[in-house]
Amino acid sequence: MMWRYTVRRLIQGVITIWFIATATFVAMHNVPGDPLSSDKAVTAEIRANLEAKYGLDKPITTQYLIYMGNLLKGDFGISFTQKNREVNDIIREHFPVSATLGILAIVFAGLGGVLWGALTALYRNRLPDIVIMFLVILGISVPNFVFAALGQLGLVNVNDLLGFSLLPVAGWGTISHMLVPSMVLGLSTMAYLTRLMRSSMLEIVSSDYVRTAKAKGLPASRIFSRHELRNAILPVVTVLGPAIAAITTGGFVVELVFAIPGLGRYFVQAVQQLDYTVIMGTTVFYGAFLVLMVILVDLLYGFIDPRVRLE
Amino acid sequence: MSDIANNQDDFTRSAGRQLALFAALSVSGIALLMMGLSWASSLTGSGGVSEGVDPATGTVTLALREEPPQLDSTLSTDQVSGMVLGHVMEGLLRYDAHNHLAPGVAERWEVTDSGATFWLREDARWSDGQPVTADDFVFSWRRAVDPANASEYASIMFPIANAEAINQGEMDVDELGVRAVDDRTLVVDLERPVPYFDKLTAFSTYYPIREAFYRATKGRYAADADKLLYNGPFTITRWVHGAHVRMEKNPEYWNRERIQIQVLDFPYVTQDPNASLNLFKDGKIAYTTLTEENLTEALVQRWDLNRFMDGSVFYMEFNFREGRITRNLNLRKAIQAVLDPAELVYRVIKLPGYLPGESLFPIWLQGEVRPFRQEYPPPPRITDPERGRDYLEQARRELGLDEFPPLVLLTGDSPISNKQAEYYQETLNRELGLEVRIDRQIFKQRLAKMTAGDFDMVMAGWGPDFDDPLTFGDLFASWNLNNRGRYSNPELDSLVRVAQNTTDQRVRMEAFGEIQRILLENAVILPDYERGLVYVVDPQLKGMVRRVVGPDPDLTNVRIVEG
Repeated sequence: MMWRYTVRRLIQGVITIWFIATATFVAMHNVPGDPLSSDKAVTAEIRANLEAKYGLDKPITTQYLIYMGNLLKGDFGISFTQKNREVNDIIREHFPVSATLGILAIVFAGLGGVLWGALTALYRNRLPDIVIMFLVILGISVPNFVFAALGQLGLVNVNDLLGFSLLPVAGWGTISHMLVPSMVLGLSTMAYLTRLMRSSMLEIVSSDYVRTAKAKGLPASRIFSRHELRNAILPVVTVLGPAIAAITTGGFVVELVFAIPGLGRYFVQAVQQLDYTVIMGTTVFYGAFLVLMVILVDLLYGFIDPRVRLE
Repeated sequence: MSDIANNQDDFTRSAGRQLALFAALSVSGIALLMMGLSWASSLTGSGGVSEGVDPATGTVTLALREEPPQLDSTLSTDQVSGMVLGHVMEGLLRYDAHNHLAPGVAERWEVTDSGATFWLREDARWSDGQPVTADDFVFSWRRAVDPANASEYASIMFPIANAEAINQGEMDVDELGVRAVDDRTLVVDLERPVPYFDKLTAFSTYYPIREAFYRATKGRYAADADKLLYNGPFTITRWVHGAHVRMEKNPEYWNRERIQIQVLDFPYVTQDPNASLNLFKDGKIAYTTLTEENLTEALVQRWDLNRFMDGSVFYMEFNFREGRITRNLNLRKAIQAVLDPAELVYRVIKLPGYLPGESLFPIWLQGEVRPFRQEYPPPPRITDPERGRDYLEQARRELGLDEFPPLVLLTGDSPISNKQAEYYQETLNRELGLEVRIDRQIFKQRLAKMTAGDFDMVMAGWGPDFDDPLTFGDLFASWNLNNRGRYSNPELDSLVRVAQNTTDQRVRMEAFGEIQRILLENAVILPDYERGLVYVVDPQLKGMVRRVVGPDPDLTNVRIVEG
């Protein structure tokens, strides 16, 4: 049952990715402008040579077929702006950085969300609840470039005050470089998860089986962890899949502010520069990543909640 | 009742304890995870944290605006790659700390009407210890014009005999007018007299590449630090793409006594001006450019501000294609008469360092003996709305229009071009009653529309390629592809030909003076401003050179002063 389900989901995933690739290809080629144009105009001959070099001189349908053929082989081609680098290399070198940042942010957000959510539910309408929920609203409504800028400014001031560098202001490579950027990146997700956790916890606290458990005289610790936490966590796990993808792909601003060599920068710059191969490469890669995450979470769901049958 | 309340409190306390345990576990889990990730990412990052200027190790640390896109000197076109290349490579000639032409690989040279000869110094070496030979130049120059190589800067080689024909596929690449007489003598035949040819050889497209090394990289030349051979003051010792470029003093460089620092480190790659400012404030980088928003901060910190004109000129270009009303001289003159570059710069853009545009030729250009703009001052531009309305009335009659259709103003998406476009829109509407539609486009789309001629007016600009007025002077020749408005004037064309084909500097400068007059009197373009930058440098760092042409900033002459 489980295997059939997995295989079916994977086939659906492949079709989704094909659709993403085709839609991106069509959209990209219909935007005015092209990757070869630059500030200083080039002669028709040089232009023709460039087009031939990148295969842009062929009809669009041929280009599409060649592209899909290469895609099957896992070859995304060479970047138009980073002219010595293959798109595969760009993804291979920079995605791990984004992923590291993303994993940290999601762990931070997930653990924090569960903790604060459970805490607010436990102290409903008392001081901890009010304070945390206020911060949660702040976290959800303030965009993360503001937090990124503030976080960095805070670091500068702290270092200035201490007279030595407690944590680096920007850059990448050591544990100290990761702390603040990953917190900033995970902040809004954490706020969102806190709210989710709180409401689902409140729902469960007043549910029949919890009352039954209490009436049966089960120890408090057992009720809380086995019956309340475990059930309340389900909605959190559901949104975790999309959240992982969103955080890993949406780190562009944080990467920019903290000078982190992640993939997000290439994704955004490629669109601005109409770098066809990088646009296609990153879109298809991120698309595949997102699809995979959603499938994984659905499978994971079956383990956490035995009532869910994978069909 | 109290029993139940007590029960509830017990429950809360017990749950609280569990949550605390959970929190403690989370924190230690995160800490463990970070250790692991930190170890893994030490392979992809820039590593440790060092100060912007470190006198003990002779290290200067800076940030890069972007990953250098192309370090193959024959293909490179962008500013960041040009800066990096300028530190690790050297051409036949170079510019010294005072922006004067100085000997590089060539110890002496001679340029005549028909050609040039360069005598290479004996001690010029590649970073592997082998001598730089005349053949290395022949190889790279041929590559630059080879159509198969599709270099976008091939046209800068066109003064060399047959270069243009080769680039258009009409001749074989071996027929390029450059040959190595022996290892240390390079002879160049010129297509036409080129008085500034010596200056061109300082340009990055003219840098040497050793053929054997190039072939050994198997198509991966310049893709990584070890896929490049260096002959300049520094070598790249570490290049983590998108994250880190580290240069160290090149022990094989012939003029190594000139280089007073050991390491030039770029462990940050960011386009965010605030990130750079914060790094500078934290003492982690030795130099940063300031934006308008950051100026107050710089003043609060009492930093010494430096100003620098980057040499580029920005102007509005009209469309001269058939059917465009902007072909009408009086309409253009009307627009010219109501706009005031001084107002634009001082009251709208309000950035220190900017200069109101008076001419296509920026102030830094040299004339025959004195600066060009002193020898040939542009005709003064007088803002006179009254006359503007007279011109507009004449234009209306000539065009036979009751009412002018809206004018399309094509512009970029930067904050400055937004302000600029709105200034135009507002002023033309207020003074002339003209409606201006702003067509705001991102870079590539704007280029596509400029090339297609899909505009009435367009905000354009030009940065110099070499140190001669011709780098601006031929822009509006009818054959120039960068003449996006398709302005065509036989008189101007013949003046450009004169300036291109004679070595008599007086005749050339007179021609540029005439070109300047024609462009302004016919309102072909409306100069807006010359761009300036405001920047701050760590006080311990002395001798940083800013350049209008060539690698900028140039840190080959810097020294560290402790204090």
